[in-house]
Amino acid sequence: MPLRLERRPQPSTAMVYAAPLIAVGATVIVALVIFAAAGHAPLDALVMFVTGPVQDRYGVGEWLLKATPLILIAVGLTVGFRAGVWNVGAEGQLILGVIASGWLALKFGPGGSPLLLPAMIVAGGLAGAAWAAIPALLRTRFNANEILVSLMFNYVAQLWLSWLVFGMWRDPAGFNFPQSEPLAPAALYPIILEDTRLNIGLWIALAAVLAGWVLLSRSYIGFQLKVTGLSDAAARYAGFSTRRAVWLGMLAGGLTAGIAGVGEIAGPLGQIFPTASPGYGYAAIIVAFLGRLHPIGIVFSGLLLSLLYLSGDTAQMSLGLPSSITGLFQGMMLFFLLAADVLIFYRIRRRPAAAPAAAPVASATIAEAAP
Amino acid sequence: MTPTPDQSLDDQPARRPLRLELRGIRKAYPAVVANDGVDLAVAPGEIHAVVGENGAGKSTLMKIIYGMVRPDAGEMLWEGREAEVRSPVDAQRLGIGMVFQHFALFETLTVAENIALATPGRPAIADLAPRIAELATRYGLPVDPMRRVHSMSVGERQRVEIIRALLQSPRLLIMDEPTSVLTPQAVRRLFETLRQLAAEGCSILYISHKLDEIRELCERATILRGGKVVGICDPRAETPASLARAMIGAELPGFRDAAARSPGAMRLTVTNLSKPADGPFGTALGGISLGVRAGEILGIAGVSGNGQKELLAALSGEARSADATTVAIDGAPAGHLAPAARRRLGLAYVPEDRQGQGAIPVLTLSENALLTAARQGLTRHGLVQFGKLRAYAERCISSFDVRCGGPDAAAGSLSGGNLQKFIVGREVLQEPGVLVVAQPTWGVDVGAAVAIRQALIDRAAAGAAVLVVSEELDELFEIADRIAVIAGGRLSPAYPARLVDRDAIGLAMTGTFPPVPGDAAPVPHPPTPEAAHAAAP
Repeated sequence: MPLRLERRPQPSTAMVYAAPLIAVGATVIVALVIFAAAGHAPLDALVMFVTGPVQDRYGVGEWLLKATPLILIAVGLTVGFRAGVWNVGAEGQLILGVIASGWLALKFGPGGSPLLLPAMIVAGGLAGAAWAAIPALLRTRFNANEILVSLMFNYVAQLWLSWLVFGMWRDPAGFNFPQSEPLAPAALYPIILEDTRLNIGLWIALAAVLAGWVLLSRSYIGFQLKVTGLSDAAARYAGFSTRRAVWLGMLAGGLTAGIAGVGEIAGPLGQIFPTASPGYGYAAIIVAFLGRLHPIGIVFSGLLLSLLYLSGDTAQMSLGLPSSITGLFQGMMLFFLLAADVLIFYRIRRRPAAAPAAAPVASATIAEAAP
Repeated sequence: MTPTPDQSLDDQPARRPLRLELRGIRKAYPAVVANDGVDLAVAPGEIHAVVGENGAGKSTLMKIIYGMVRPDAGEMLWEGREAEVRSPVDAQRLGIGMVFQHFALFETLTVAENIALATPGRPAIADLAPRIAELATRYGLPVDPMRRVHSMSVGERQRVEIIRALLQSPRLLIMDEPTSVLTPQAVRRLFETLRQLAAEGCSILYISHKLDEIRELCERATILRGGKVVGICDPRAETPASLARAMIGAELPGFRDAAARSPGAMRLTVTNLSKPADGPFGTALGGISLGVRAGEILGIAGVSGNGQKELLAALSGEARSADATTVAIDGAPAGHLAPAARRRLGLAYVPEDRQGQGAIPVLTLSENALLTAARQGLTRHGLVQFGKLRAYAERCISSFDVRCGGPDAAAGSLSGGNLQKFIVGREVLQEPGVLVVAQPTWGVDVGAAVAIRQALIDRAAAGAAVLVVSEELDELFEIADRIAVIAGGRLSPAYPARLVDRDAIGLAMTGTFPPVPGDAAPVPHPPTPEAAHAAAP
């Protein structure tokens, strides 16, 4: 019996907010099945999976530490996503932040200037924004698809960083490992919770959340971005510039991703590796959507995804499951969320014995003359 | 009036069997019951009107007959026998043809190719062309089978659709709002063709909300309201008022007498505006000049696709001109300005497309108010003043009697008429000096149409220059002081609405602009039928 999707007359507002919870619930159910299949008592494994990483102060610190870049980047990406500007290049923009701030740290770190850290943050943010400006320029000038361009530039950035770390930035005392010298103390974020690695990056992320909330939910510019994302024709009619939306959206994402890159080398890493990010730039896309493209929602989804990262390690150590299970759960959560979103706007109906397809012309008319 | 199922079997042999009979048709969509127990009886050779407001269920009913929509309940009898129409192919096999309101023709193909594509068996073009030519002469539908569709006017395209339907020798032809895109002359010729078809025994189902046409053409009318049949009558014996009353179920509200308007200073001028066509199917604008004074409504008539879209874009600022002087608002050159800058000069614009341009369906009415009304103190230091925004939306809703669930209701939840009232209200409340409105009442029910036209008249009376682009000639004659016609991207002189008749306007629609009637000559240049005939596309 063929099924079809039928538009709901009135999508439920409550379900819009319930959808992330449903997606998490569905992911948990699949997780239970996976645990059982791997020979564990599913519920015990789940409890272990979720609470294992955060049983002590250090664990909580790690949890917030990993949530910081996710939240920071997701807020910036949301500015673009709201306007229908699909920046998937946050990973590359983060790496540019690493490169720019890393250069400053290596060159001026030994001097120990108190201005170094602010300069690193500014340089990192600007470098990320500049990297994002390339797809923005190509999009506004030549209408090149920003999804493809920003994605491709991730690889360029990654190879550039590798070239630097394998080459001129390699620590002479590092036994030939591809890593830089440890950064000078002046180039490191101050710790804000004792006995953990949690640092002021968290305050930066929360400031971004606040700024993002004001911009997106309270400001006229935020409204213009939203309109641009919903309808090109309406934006043109109202006189809202699509170009400006593309620029704002791309630059906001690049800026926050670049600053998140600074936070990695000035924070937990303390030196520059070719793999500066465990995929934060990609995971932040999931965080943004799971948080309903709302800064407050992003705080929660960032915490959730961060916990998943840590649980991956727990799974490996305590449950004997590969840590790539983190990626599996991340992907599943996004999948379930998108599915739930479809069902918010559509419902599934069984079609009574389908009418055979009419002549092409006639079916074109059906689509055009829908009630 | 229609026989009940029990009687009909006994009654039928005594009379001529009906060509088509529907009994108790019901079709429900998620949000609305489109047809509810609809009965319909069409005799052979009868021209039968189905009338009703937008949303009364006319189109759904026709789609059910043509097999495009399956009814939830009810039965259909074709020439006395029960018939099941599962698809348009079934319908065509029975002898049902349909001409749609929106044509489905491939612009890059020729007439014959288009017709061949839609004809079962895919006949060879060489065989088809003479048959097309024969039908064309027999029914007075001149069409060159080898012409490409993109070069044809809307009227010509409709002829292609009619010929396509006639090639199947239908015994029932469904015409869905066929005149909405035609010049008055073309309408007259269409009626001749339809009468000839009916005289040959083909039944015609004529869908329309234009009461004058129905009274002129049809012998019987089935009136739908809210998906139900509310009456069957002989429209020739009715008055437009009585038909309208049956259609909307209430007395038609009349216009308030607008205060006598005397045109004042020139507020909107367009000077020698030319623009090349964007793309092969666009229309180039050729030297358009016009002026609208304070307190005046200028109507722009014309068949769609003659440059209205391009002219409106040039007025609103969505398309800008290198030469700033082409458009002037209150004397200030504005041709080079973007929409927001033109709004600051006092321009307001109601676009034709309500869902997606004039308003965004998924946003609330409040948010939709912000779309163009931000300058009404609704933002401060770049932040939205939500309280004031809500108050503005509420004022808009109450002043213009918008039926909705309040300022937080999604724009998409409103009926077309109510959303249009909201959009017009949003623009009018900004007290613009120049108001440009496209198709103000397109797809709007009669009651809302009156309210919207009233709002435009009131705005002009308050000293604004109002420019209305409409395909509804009746509407323009009702509200406009002067009427200009756009044809092939050129604009005719503006004729005082009291001094021209439909024929002169219809002639202008074909691109032959009669001179402006002066005070001395009463009605010069009455176009002869032959002249109109020859000039018609």
